[in-house]
Order: sequence, then C-alpha cells, then structure tokens
Amino acid sequence: MITAEITHLFFQQYWWLLVSLLGALLAFLLFVQGGQTLIYTIGKTETERKMIVNTLGRKWEFTFTTLVTFGGALFAAFPLFYATSFGGAYWLWIVLLLAFTLQAVSYEFRSKAANVFGKKFYEILLFINGLVGTVIIGTVVGTFFNGADFSLNMLNNVTWHNETRGLETLLNWHSVSLGLSVFFLARILGALYFILTIQDENIFRRSKKQILINLIPFLICFLSFLTYLMIKEGFAVDANGTIFMEKYKYLHNLLDMPIVLASLLIGIIGVLWGVLKTLFGKNNYEKGFWFVAPGTVLTVFSLFAIAGLNNTSFYPSIADLQSSLTIQNSSSSLFTLKIMSYVSLFIPVMLALAIISWRAINKHKITEDEMNEKNGKSY
Amino acid sequence: MTQLLLNIDPVLIDWSRAQFALTAMFHWIFVPITLGILFIIAIMETVYVKTGNPEWKRITKFWMKLFAINFAIGVATGIILEFEFGTNWSNYSWFVGDIFGAPLAIEGIMAFFMETIFIAVMFFGWNKVSKKFHLTATWLTALGANLSALWILVANAWMQYPAGMQFNPDTARNEMVDFWEVLFSPVAVNKFLHTVTSGYTLAALFVIGVSSYFLLRKRETLLAKRSIVIASVFGFISVMALIFTGHGSAVQVAEHQPMKLAAMEGLYEGGQEAELIGFAILNPNKEVDNDEKPYLFKVGFKGVLSFLIDFDTKTYVPGIADLVYGDEQNQILPTEERMRKGKIAMNALIAYKEFKEQGNEEEAKLQYDILMDNYKHFGYSYVKDPRDIVPHVPTVFYSFHIMVIFGTMFVLVFLIFAWLTITNKIENFKFGKLLYIIGLACIPMAFIASEAGWVVAEVGRQPWVVQDLMTVDAGVTNISSGAVQTTFWIFAFIFTGLLIAEVSIMLKFIKDGPAKPENEGGK
Repeated sequence: MITAEITHLFFQQYWWLLVSLLGALLAFLLFVQGGQTLIYTIGKTETERKMIVNTLGRKWEFTFTTLVTFGGALFAAFPLFYATSFGGAYWLWIVLLLAFTLQAVSYEFRSKAANVFGKKFYEILLFINGLVGTVIIGTVVGTFFNGADFSLNMLNNVTWHNETRGLETLLNWHSVSLGLSVFFLARILGALYFILTIQDENIFRRSKKQILINLIPFLICFLSFLTYLMIKEGFAVDANGTIFMEKYKYLHNLLDMPIVLASLLIGIIGVLWGVLKTLFGKNNYEKGFWFVAPGTVLTVFSLFAIAGLNNTSFYPSIADLQSSLTIQNSSSSLFTLKIMSYVSLFIPVMLALAIISWRAINKHKITEDEMNEKNGKSY
Repeated sequence: MTQLLLNIDPVLIDWSRAQFALTAMFHWIFVPITLGILFIIAIMETVYVKTGNPEWKRITKFWMKLFAINFAIGVATGIILEFEFGTNWSNYSWFVGDIFGAPLAIEGIMAFFMETIFIAVMFFGWNKVSKKFHLTATWLTALGANLSALWILVANAWMQYPAGMQFNPDTARNEMVDFWEVLFSPVAVNKFLHTVTSGYTLAALFVIGVSSYFLLRKRETLLAKRSIVIASVFGFISVMALIFTGHGSAVQVAEHQPMKLAAMEGLYEGGQEAELIGFAILNPNKEVDNDEKPYLFKVGFKGVLSFLIDFDTKTYVPGIADLVYGDEQNQILPTEERMRKGKIAMNALIAYKEFKEQGNEEEAKLQYDILMDNYKHFGYSYVKDPRDIVPHVPTVFYSFHIMVIFGTMFVLVFLIFAWLTITNKIENFKFGKLLYIIGLACIPMAFIASEAGWVVAEVGRQPWVVQDLMTVDAGVTNISSGAVQTTFWIFAFIFTGLLIAEVSIMLKFIKDGPAKPENEGGK
C-alpha cells in the first residue's frame, strides 16, 4: 500500500513537472500575443504591419497548440482541477477562450478579399487576444498562490461561492500583478522577436524603444508579485492531507528545492541579460530573444514548481480550506498517470520536430521584398 | 445527503446542452473537410512531385488555400469544445476524467502538435524546404489531423459504451483499468472509421462541387477534371467504407444502446423479424404510453432490421416500450426496476463514505459490495420518470433516415463523376449542366448528412452523458441558467459572424479561381 502511494506520488510529481513545463513553454510562446498588441505601435506603414503580422502568423499555431495541450494535460493528470476551475471560474475561462477563438481566424482572414469585416477588424481581434489572453492566463496562475472561491462536496462536485464566477479574481492585486507581468513580458518578447526575424531598420528601432517602455512596468509588476509571494502565507498540506496556512511557504519551497531556486534566478538573469544586451549592446544586437525566451521558461517553470510541489496546495480554496486541491488529491489514478507517462515520451519528439520546423521556416529574415512577392503564402 | 441528489434546474440542462450542441455542430462544419481534403491534397502533391508537372502544383496550391481558410475556423471552435467539458460539464469531468482526460491529452501531445508543426511547413515551406520534405509534411499534416480525430472519437465512444474502467467509491469517480479496452473498444473502432470516412466523403463532394462550378462556368476545366478524378475515386472508396462502418456502428448501437436503435427506426413495439424502415412519416401524437399508431405512412422491410443486426431475420429487437416497461421474456428489466437498483447503488455509495469516515471498514466493505452489484444501474438513480429515458424520437428518426438516404445517393454521384472524367467525357456529356448542378448541390447535402449523423449519435443517447452511468442532469456544472444562456448567445453570435466571413472569403476565392499558370502558385 505504502509503495503504491509512493509510486503514485512519484507520478503526480512527474506530471506536475510536465504541466509546469508546458505552462512555461506557453508563457514564452505568448510572444505572439505580446507582438499582436504592438502591430500599430511598431508598424507605421502597411508593409511594416504586414511584416509584423506575417512573422507572428507563422508561429501563432504553436502558442495555440501549446495552450490546448496544456489544458489537455491538466485534464488528464489533474482532472479535479479541470472540473473545479473550469466549471467554477466559468466567466474567467470563457473570456479567455473567446479571446483565443477570435485569434485563430484573424491571421487567415485578415488580408483576404471579401473578409466581410475589413482588415482593421481582425487586427483589433488580434489586439484583444494579445491583451486579454496574457493578462488572464497570468491572473489564473496567480490564483495558484492566492486561492479561489470554491468548495467541494462528497462526490467532489464543485460549488462556487461568488456570483461573478471567477471574475472576482481580477480584484486580487497580487494575482493581477502576475497577469500584468505576463502581459508586459509578452510585449517585450514580441518586440525582441521582431528584431530577430524582420529585416527592417524602422521596426528594429521602434521595437527597441518598446522594449524599454515595457521593461519598466514589467519590473514593477513582477518584482511586487515576487516580493509579496516570498513574504506571504502559503497553503501547505500535511501528511494526512490536511491543509493549513504556513508563513513564508513559497520562500520555504524555494529554499527546500535549490534547483528550483537556481532555475528562478538563472531565468530572471536570462531575461534581464537579453533585454539589456539588446538595449545597450554594440552592433545592433539582434539575438536578445534567445536569452529572454529561455529565461522566461525557467522563471515560469519555477513558479509552477513552488505552487504545486513540496507539500503545497496548488489550487487553494478560500471558501473552504479543506476543499483545496493538491497534486495528490486532484490527480488521476496511478494507472492513468502511468499510461500518460508513456505518452509523455512523445513530448521530446514533438519538441524536436517543432525545432526542425521552426528553423526551416525562420532560415531567412522576413523582408519587404518577400512580402511583395506574389509567389507564396502570406497573411 | 440530499445535497448529493441534485435538484438541477431543467432550464440549465437545456441551455447547457444547447450550447454544447451549438459548438459541436459549428465545429463539425469545418472538421470533416479538413480530415478528407488533406488526403486529397496530399495525393495531388504526390502526383506533382512524381511528374514534376507545374499544373499539379497549381492544383495542389488551390485546394491547400481553401483548406487553410477552413482550418483556422475549425481550430477556433475546437478550443471551446475542449474546455467546455470543464466549464459546462464539470461534474461529468470529474466523474470520468480519469478515463476521458487521457485521450484528450494524447490528442494534444501527439496529434494536434504534429498537425501544427507540419502545417507551418506546408503553408510556408514551398520555397524553403525540398520538394520531398514538403510532401512529407503534407502527408504528416493529414495523418496528424486524422490522429486528432481518433483520440477525440475514442473519448466520445467511451461515453456511449464505457469500457476498461472501474468505479472507485473513495474518489467517487470511474478509473481506467485497461487502456487497450478503451482504445480498441468495438464502439470506438467503428465510430472512428465511420466518422473519418464520412469526412473523406464530404471533402470529396466538396472538391467535386467546386470543380462542377468551374465546369459550369467553362473555366479551369483542366483543374476541375483532374480534381474530380482524384476526388471521385477517393470519394467512392470512402463512401463504400462509410456504408460498411455505418453498418458496424448500427450493430454496436443495437448491442449497447438499444434505445437509440429503437428511436432511429421509430420502433415502439419490438419483436422478432423487426422491420427496417426505408422511409416513413411518424405520427406526431405517438408517445410511449399511448396506443397511437407509430407511423402515418411507411415503407418498411420486414425482418431486415433483425437480419442486419446478426444476419438472422429471427433476431429479437427491443422497442421503445419494451425498454421502458421491460420485457421479461427477453430479460429486459423495466426502467422502474433499474431506477430502484440505481438508488440502492447511490445509497450504498453514500453509506460507504460515511462508514469510511467513521473508520468502520467492515460495514464499508458490505456497502461496497452492494454498490458494485448494482453499479451498472447507477445512472438510473438520477432518472425521475421511466419515460425520461426515451430520446426525442422524431429528431433521431428523421436525422438517421436523411443521413442514410443521402449517403446512398453519394455512391451514385461518385460513380458517375469517376466514369465520366476517367473516360474524358465529362465536358461533352449530354446532361452535363444538370450533372454539374447536382455536383454543386451535393455540397450542402453532404453537410446535412454529416451533421445528421452526429444528431443521431448524440440526441439518440439522451438522457445519458455516460450510457447508464450518468445523466445530463448529474453531469452538468452547477451554475445559473442565465450565465449559460448568455454564453450561448455570445457563441452563437461570434460563430455566425465567423462563418459568414469564412463562406464569403471562400466564395470569393473560388470565384476568382486559382492563380494563372504564368504567375505560378501566386495569390
């Protein structure tokens, strides 16, 4: 029995790490969303905007698929979270889903003849997706540390205790500060991606300016989020599965798991290094994206890790503390987790294929000439 | 305890079902084209790579662009479907998440990712990667799309026929015990094959329909003829497989969801030598509890339904009344009896939990045994009236017959188009104009048949969200019906807007036709 429990815990942790990895990859891929909010800020002419939309348009499906896979993995590995959060925080998720629904068609329809609503309409949809998508995803992750307003009955059916069904989270400054951090970071990543992939002096110059402009609010939001996270009480769980409040819980988690601490610090340094080198480096440094992107992955990965590992409740209930979800009480059965773990071996294969495809498409920078070519697909 | 026997607002159930139906039916406008046209495109591109003939590249690119317009909106509706299990069916999501979540996740990790990765190469790689790499990417995109379908259909099949699982009272959910039984359940296999071949058939008819338009306008005739050759042969093979797997699906329905079969045929009183209805008009006043005649008019074939189920005209087929009121002779329990057993199971579960909490293992074990003995009736504990297990018969009946009649007609359409293009007679065919109009008309007909198929599958299984184990009332998210009503209208509004834009873009694109040869592949 004990062995089965330990094995089960092993797989629960393994799956939490995978979910963390997917969440972290998603955060980095949100550069597409961030970029979408800069189309008009950076693109001043029709051709510039076309270049921006096209460089993002070649990657939007990666972000989208990662989001879908992230949701699927959560459902398969932690179905009680899926049931509780999606059914409970109804409006929060619906708004997020709608934001992504609008995105999916916008690239394809934007420049097509007879698209009914006009080019500008689809660009507005892209902006909405970029703003709402990033802020809400970040805010939802914020609830991992601040809790949500639900309780569960004997059959694990969810009751939500706030009529706004999740929107109340938008009033929690700490969760929202993470949401805004994601938004500003996504914009920085978006601008860095333009610098990386578009051959155009004006876009380069304006992107650089936008990085600086977004860096300041990003730092304010992220540092206040992180500082408060380190000093706040956290939702801990004891060996019997009882939830209790522990002072400095998330700081303790970092200190208890030095690898996670290292990952967080390296991540933050990576982000700052990439940004500063782009801003102040010599010879028009263009590859800052490749520091900020992995930096983002490491940072977000660490945040997920301290939310769910080391006897922590990753989806705490503020309405009924004992209804809080941990990776143990919300996970799939050992059997299902094992099956899914075989499936997870495909993740590196898919990542490798994604890298091959990414490189094949990004071999050359996007140029004005390419946009004006009649031969080939463009948005 | 009363808290567990939920008193759910029936209005909420209706709106939640309506919302899911809306999303699913919109999604299904775009998915079947994707499933099939990718193979048609891949075949065209293969011909291009083999022959090096630029005309084939032009043809490939033309259909690929139509695919791209369609794909985006399929994805847009798909993401809502995936998360709607959680947002609107959260109790269901927990009750079966241990089994149901896995195929959904596998879909994301293996199939959808593959599709996305190679779609990027397919769309943007024409001048960036080698011809062979590009062709491989096209085939893998097709494979990825179809693998996606596999996993989601496995999940759907499981709801129709729960297999490979066991109920765990400690967690109050069903848990997977045999993955292969879930994946290779005969219902899943048939459902997958029947659904993807329906997609292939629809896509082939789409290609034939658009090509017919060009023939009608006497434009792009070479492109049209070449496209028709490939689509009609591909379509003919698909529709034959479609009919074959349709029969397989019906046999599975007879075995696992007899009520659905009875509704498909409007069969109220069952028996041996059951009749297959070719077509009929149902009597709108007929209910399971009155003596009205079931049909106002019918064309039926006695014994054929029995024969189709297991090749014996004497096979007993239960009717709707038999399933509601029971048939002792054929060992069919009355629904009331199943409701009683369902309640025993539910009470045993509650008692089990209480004894467990008190630490009384012995009593808990006793209750566990009672629960397990009656578990196959568990869902009946939510049924309030035996008549509630009857789905809406006219909807199921007419949808089923429209699907079958249209499907059978398509066989003929493919044969005629294949024959006339292979013998190169299509342009000078005496009734050419009529034929092209039929070809065009097949596009909406294919969509109607395809959607009707899903109506049969999903309305036919009501009130079950998981056959015999959970009703829609028990699976729904506990939320105000107003909220769901609001999201229903938001979705309806947005989806309709997107659909209008999509159809408008497609029509314009088709009207303009493919790029001119001297401007090869451009747009």
